[in-house]
Amino acid sequence: MDRRQPAALVIGGGIAGIQAALDIADAGFPVYLVEREPSIGGRMAQLDKTFPTLDCSSCILTPKMVDAGQHPNIELMTYAEVESVARDGDGFRVRVRQKPRYVDVDKCRGCGDCAEACRMKGRIVSEFDEGIANRSSIYVPFPQAVPLKYTIDPEACLYLTRGTCGRTFKCKDACPADAIDFEQEAEFVDIEVSTIIVATGFDLIDPRTKPEYAYGVYPEVMTGMEFERLSDASGPTKGEILVDGEKPEDVVFIKCVGSRDPHTGVPYCSRVCCMYTAKHAHLVRDKIPDANITVFYMDVRAFGKGYEEFYDRVKQERVTYRRGEPSEIYRRGDKVVVLAEDTTLGQPVEVEADLVVLATAIVPRNDVKGVSGLLGLEQSPDGFFQEADAKLRPVDSNVEDVFVAGCCQSPKDIPDTVGQAKAAASSALRVLVRARDAASSGCEAKMVKES
Amino acid sequence: MALKTAKMAEQLELFGCIQCGKCTGGCPVARKTTLNIRNLIYHMLVDSEMDTGAHEELWDCTACFTCVERCPKDVQPAELVIALRGDLVEAGRVPETVGTALMSVFRQGNPNSMARQDRELWAEGMEDSLERAKKAAKEGCDTLYFVGCTPSYDQRVQRVARALMRTFENSGLDVGVLGTDESCCGNEVRRMGEIGLFEMLVEEGGETLRSVGARQMVTTSPHCFNTFKNEYGLDEMEILHYTQLIAHLIEEGGLTFDGSVASEDGEEKVVTYHDPCFLGKQNQIFDEPRAILEAIPGVKLVEMDRNRERSLCCEGGGGRMWVEGTNLEERLAFQRVEEAADTGADVLAVACPFCLLTLEDAVKVRGLDEQLQVVDIMELVDLALEDADASPAGDSEEEE
Repeated sequence: MDRRQPAALVIGGGIAGIQAALDIADAGFPVYLVEREPSIGGRMAQLDKTFPTLDCSSCILTPKMVDAGQHPNIELMTYAEVESVARDGDGFRVRVRQKPRYVDVDKCRGCGDCAEACRMKGRIVSEFDEGIANRSSIYVPFPQAVPLKYTIDPEACLYLTRGTCGRTFKCKDACPADAIDFEQEAEFVDIEVSTIIVATGFDLIDPRTKPEYAYGVYPEVMTGMEFERLSDASGPTKGEILVDGEKPEDVVFIKCVGSRDPHTGVPYCSRVCCMYTAKHAHLVRDKIPDANITVFYMDVRAFGKGYEEFYDRVKQERVTYRRGEPSEIYRRGDKVVVLAEDTTLGQPVEVEADLVVLATAIVPRNDVKGVSGLLGLEQSPDGFFQEADAKLRPVDSNVEDVFVAGCCQSPKDIPDTVGQAKAAASSALRVLVRARDAASSGCEAKMVKES
Repeated sequence: MALKTAKMAEQLELFGCIQCGKCTGGCPVARKTTLNIRNLIYHMLVDSEMDTGAHEELWDCTACFTCVERCPKDVQPAELVIALRGDLVEAGRVPETVGTALMSVFRQGNPNSMARQDRELWAEGMEDSLERAKKAAKEGCDTLYFVGCTPSYDQRVQRVARALMRTFENSGLDVGVLGTDESCCGNEVRRMGEIGLFEMLVEEGGETLRSVGARQMVTTSPHCFNTFKNEYGLDEMEILHYTQLIAHLIEEGGLTFDGSVASEDGEEKVVTYHDPCFLGKQNQIFDEPRAILEAIPGVKLVEMDRNRERSLCCEGGGGRMWVEGTNLEERLAFQRVEEAADTGADVLAVACPFCLLTLEDAVKVRGLDEQLQVVDIMELVDLALEDADASPAGDSEEEE
């Protein structure tokens, strides 16, 4: 990384942050890519297939993650958080807190012997797998993680929480590289950058805010993101769709769970649910050819390139679309019943199911207020970061030289996210080029004077 | 004369409806009658007139407000039912029993066609307590107990009122009652569409209640609680349902159980709890009734599959205690008591006079009375307190 050049900071290592970092780095400028999780990849890494082309999500994402990890102009700062940002002339002074992994990343080879040996193996809920699988206290979130370095979860590790882990440290004993280091402490890294891209992503609404769907009560009721992990060939079930170990015969999808509903604080449309639900229906048909598949919907919004065509295709795959937003789920024997009015029939209907997938609303990341405070970013009434102009300045923020990209600005699909990331990178490059030119003209002036 | 739809559609903000059907989908009576509130809203939007008299099913609505709770667009579908009933009330085209109930409220202050001067009948056997409480209300008391019409007059529900009164006194509460000065709260009156009468009750009743100067008012019924809390504007006092007050007393140590409801050989009573719509769904009081039950020695609480926000309406609200509706055969209460019996419970506990009556009736009709007893939570509280304290009236032996 050429530290004589003006640099950029990208906050958030999902597809938006990765793409923006790559574009800037490819143009020859240094980029610090800060990600709070142990690996870059973000939400896209959790997805099975992508609509409407059905590409395997990790197959198209992993090469970009690897590029970002190996790029000479990108400094990855994973398991790190931006601590403070201060204006300094035309640029910013940024302090980044590197959280302790309790693993020496220079020594760790990513072999995983530590996780195998951990006393807590299989007992800690895997965030990456949305709770449908467990991990150890020492872990990588997923096998394709970048960097492939292990991290000790300070809230789950017996030694770090209780001061003792039996007579001997299982992970330390197992590590062939002597990489475990319980003495590690947080470190602060100060950097100077000319521009910042915020790409901090999104969260999904807790479906318990709609108690009528009994999420958390019935194992048959799950979120779309849980379904992604279930359906992923590299996921915990190796892509087999199983509920309580059984293949479901009757599958119901419910759209707009929490979205378009001012009561939940989500008056907007989450934009991706119509298409990922169509994709889910296709995946069920692909894996369980005899399943009865019903999609309950209020409206179908298939607006992107190839989207309406994909929706048409999925319907032809014997997927029944019924208009009506279900009102309740309850148990009947070993099935659950989805209660709705089929508004086309004008009649209340009960549809029995072994699996109900809730398309939950996209909401601002839970740390949106913190990030907004660090940078002085404005939020729009929906809680997402406010762009400078909804139409003509879609990636500019209210702070000069700070840009926004991806779902932290509003819900959007992968193509729109990548497009916005590239736009943010292009805007950031203008700042960087200007900074470089200013520096070099200053340099030239100095040389002229000296000669 | 048909109703002109335009004004009402605008007043009730029906134009915000996206016809998603979540209202009708969750409507407990839509599955058994022709009531389809989503469809009625649509007709209000696309037709210029509506012949309300042709919609007999309007009287099926129980005002459980499931539709209102779940509507993603704040349309308040049940308020349309109330408004359309209002049109029928104005035109004098209401079922005879509804007319009788409304007239009785107007003349006697209760919908039960009972005389106003008999409103103290509930206190039979505890006349001293009644007199003390009436005096307290006149002289100013801390807690005003609003008994309510059904608990005042209905012999079965009077037991709940007596249990409450005993418990208040035993806990040392400075409690007052209005006696024959108490009048119907009007919660059901409004939901039957008689808005004028309701407004009169709010005006007159509100004045009477305020004049006591109590810090808090507690009701037997979630229906009275609902209208006092949300529709009366009684900002000067705290409005409580009794489950809130009793749960609070237990938590603060003001109520301790020395007795138990377990059988003589120590076997616990298995109790399941039915959430009343006006307490649960409409006012989010789910935890207090359960906290009381769990504090009662000898109670083992089990849940029905459909509980809390998914509780099934007993069909006793929205004036339905005074009008049968269009499908008598498939009562929701029948379904509900079978759900309760499926849990293996010995006792189905409720916290609402209407639920008590509809579910007890259903247990009898369904022949479940040998295995499932329907009681109000207060009766269990009373039973668990009774052992320790020689209560003024041996209520449990007095009837049946």
